[in-house]
Amino acid sequence: MGKLSRLILKRLGLGLITILVVSVLIFFAVELLPGDIAESVLGQGATEETVAAMREQLGLGRPAVVRYFEWLGGAVQGDFGVSLVSGERVSAAISDRFVNTLFLASYAAVIAVPISIILGVFTALYRNTIFDRVANVATLSTISSPEFFLGYILILFLAVRTSMFPAISSLSGSMSFADLLQRTFLPMLTLVLVVTAHMMRMTRAAIINLLASPYIEMARLKGTPPWKVIVKHALPNAWAPIINVVALNLAYLITGVVLVEVVFVYPGIGQLLVDAVAKRDFPVVQACCLIFAATFILLNLAADVGAILTNPRLRHPK
Amino acid sequence: MKKRFTDEDVLLKIRDLKIEGYSDETWVPIIKGVDLTLHRGEVMGLIGESGAGKSTIGAAAMGYARDGTRISDGSIEFDGMELTTASETERRALRGSRIAYVAQSAAASFNPSHKLIDQHAEAPVHYRIKKRMAAQEDAMELYERLRLPNPREIGFRYPHQVSGGQLQRAMTAMAMSCRPDLIIFDEPTTALDVTTQIEVLAAIRDIVDQFNTAAIYITHDLAVVAQMADTIKVLLKGEEVEEAPTREMLENPQEEYTKSLWAVRSFHSPQRRRPADNTQPVISVQHVDASYTGGEKVLDDVSFDIYPGMTVAVVGESGSGKSTTARVITGLLPPSSGQVLCKGEPLPPRYQDRTRDQLRQAQMIYQMADTALNPKVRISEIIGRPAQFYSGLRGPKLKQRVDELLDLIELDPAKFYSRYPPELSGGQKQRIGIARALAAEPEFIICDEVTSALDQLVAEGILKLLDRLQSELGLAYMFITHDLATVRSIADEVVVMQNGKVVEKGPKDEMFTPPHHPYTDLLLSSVPEMDPDWLSTVLEERGVDNLGEAADV
Repeated sequence: MGKLSRLILKRLGLGLITILVVSVLIFFAVELLPGDIAESVLGQGATEETVAAMREQLGLGRPAVVRYFEWLGGAVQGDFGVSLVSGERVSAAISDRFVNTLFLASYAAVIAVPISIILGVFTALYRNTIFDRVANVATLSTISSPEFFLGYILILFLAVRTSMFPAISSLSGSMSFADLLQRTFLPMLTLVLVVTAHMMRMTRAAIINLLASPYIEMARLKGTPPWKVIVKHALPNAWAPIINVVALNLAYLITGVVLVEVVFVYPGIGQLLVDAVAKRDFPVVQACCLIFAATFILLNLAADVGAILTNPRLRHPK
Repeated sequence: MKKRFTDEDVLLKIRDLKIEGYSDETWVPIIKGVDLTLHRGEVMGLIGESGAGKSTIGAAAMGYARDGTRISDGSIEFDGMELTTASETERRALRGSRIAYVAQSAAASFNPSHKLIDQHAEAPVHYRIKKRMAAQEDAMELYERLRLPNPREIGFRYPHQVSGGQLQRAMTAMAMSCRPDLIIFDEPTTALDVTTQIEVLAAIRDIVDQFNTAAIYITHDLAVVAQMADTIKVLLKGEEVEEAPTREMLENPQEEYTKSLWAVRSFHSPQRRRPADNTQPVISVQHVDASYTGGEKVLDDVSFDIYPGMTVAVVGESGSGKSTTARVITGLLPPSSGQVLCKGEPLPPRYQDRTRDQLRQAQMIYQMADTALNPKVRISEIIGRPAQFYSGLRGPKLKQRVDELLDLIELDPAKFYSRYPPELSGGQKQRIGIARALAAEPEFIICDEVTSALDQLVAEGILKLLDRLQSELGLAYMFITHDLATVRSIADEVVVMQNGKVVEKGPKDEMFTPPHHPYTDLLLSSVPEMDPDWLSTVLEERGVDNLGEAADV
């Protein structure tokens, strides 16, 4: 086990370093803006005095490196500073929103991941049949249409024409869990449709890729039925690529939801980001970017670790 | 081994079998009408070159057509059941239970994700022949009969935790799990070292005897088939050449093709001696230790000299450090201590630090010509690039040089100049590999198992070509091989390696006459001979428990 835990620790360390590098990029990208934050926030109409006052308030007179470490130190403790627009603490503004985004992402993931993998296994089993083609064409068409378009189509048919689900997914604190699920059904479905194709096709490809292996032929020559050949002999060896694609798509569910949240007016972090960018609220933008980056890195890290754990050579060393 | 078979005992009857394969958008015949009759308890050897259709017939005997092939005509009758018209479910019900299969590479044919014993128990549990626990008990008993070490424990390991020879025996045990009537052995020892091969052969022969199982033994190695089979059938390009009982076939082959197979080891290059004057060796490996990053020592104090115009064969089992030595000489792996001299001058340890002229001296020809040639690059460029790099030739001069090189390797320049590697046969590809090495105008070439992926007749051609080039161009070869027959035919000097050490070295004639170092002796006596009694004799001499891995040297 020593080798395995060392390998995993190494990955964790690499992940940490990546987040640090990203934080540097995020912080200094804002510094690179022409003029400085005070000027860009206040716009061209601002007087010299107001700009100077703002600089003073934000502490812009001190070197960027010092401010970076202050910002990072705060961020590690969950303090991202104060919003320039509302004066509210950024962490307070973000935390509710982030929980909402996580909820929507998990809702979509719980449905999309099993469906994709099961569909992938079945399309591999019945490859090149009508079923396979229909599944491929259907998922490919959903992935190739832009998600806001998918969202509007779903609103048209499931909300406007049949009014089965609400078109707008605004939330209130007093809703029951069932209400919540119903309210967020359409954005969830949109996300599911967007991510399924990718995961399903990877599962299918990873399995089919293995079907030419000698051990698959051996399983067939032992009289193993076709479904068992796929589920018992191919799938366990196909996990590594599948886990990676699943992680990428999970990350997308969190970081790529901006458009879907806007379409359904869902109070998630994506909408907050769009608002903050429009209002040049840099502390909020920086915080959102850092959270997105951390999610991405964390999920990929989890995928790496998952791939290591499914490799029998690493799990059972000689 | 003498058995009499009668018509009532017929187990498998194949008549006028035709199989087609799909390639280039059409179906082309692979098997062109083969008959085969196998009796209960009979072992039939199928031999022929690659592409002869041996494995395809083996699979067809299970009613199985590999992906991209189809059984187009003929009948396959197994124990009264016609397989060509049976449903897929009926055919599948035979596989594993009544007909089992042992594949060439056990390492690739065991599923890496499951324990050996679980894979073993899969068929008996599936067919409800045994409960899981009983199947596992039975597996341990079979492991014991096949003389696997720790028979009660070894099954609970994963395939990568077990050595190649042990895996091959575990696979034979797996084939026995349902006590089938027929086992197809598809080149079961081809991927193994000679010292390991012998124990697998003995184990297979024993177990097949004990259970009176019929077997089809597919191989390209005549000496192996002579030990295993009651009858031998020779195939060529999807057609039968001839069939006869083993002894008769060996002593008195009827057809020209069979005779040519039998005579294949006739090529012998006369043995050269080291120059008597004090010529410097072209390559001198001196006290080299090497290891891969952070790993254990792979080479331990390796020293030997290669003199101009001579062939030094480096032999040993896989993992003995033969190829690592080659990597040290070429500079791909810098040694941790010791040095390599080229004509008295020390070579920089890393190839990046070597001059063009030093790089030129160490050219390589690889085992798998398939993977060593870029499939998307024309032959003219494959050979032309080193010619341009080392000699600075351009334009018409470069073309002339490539033509010259193609002539040297006996391929018609007009025909091959602008072709791509996938259009070539295995032997032709290997010739291109040789031409690429020659393009650098080296004095020394490393040949890494260059003939082991080739059929015997083709390999013979390559050896003759290398020999001719050697005398015409005065080349020195370091010939890495595990095949002692090749060593006999081409080497001048022999270096025997084991576990990263040189255990013995000397001129060929001395090396092949006793007394040997015990390890050399083990290697030499493990090479199968054409005599059908060879295996039994060796087993008697060594005792069954003193084979291969078990033999302590």
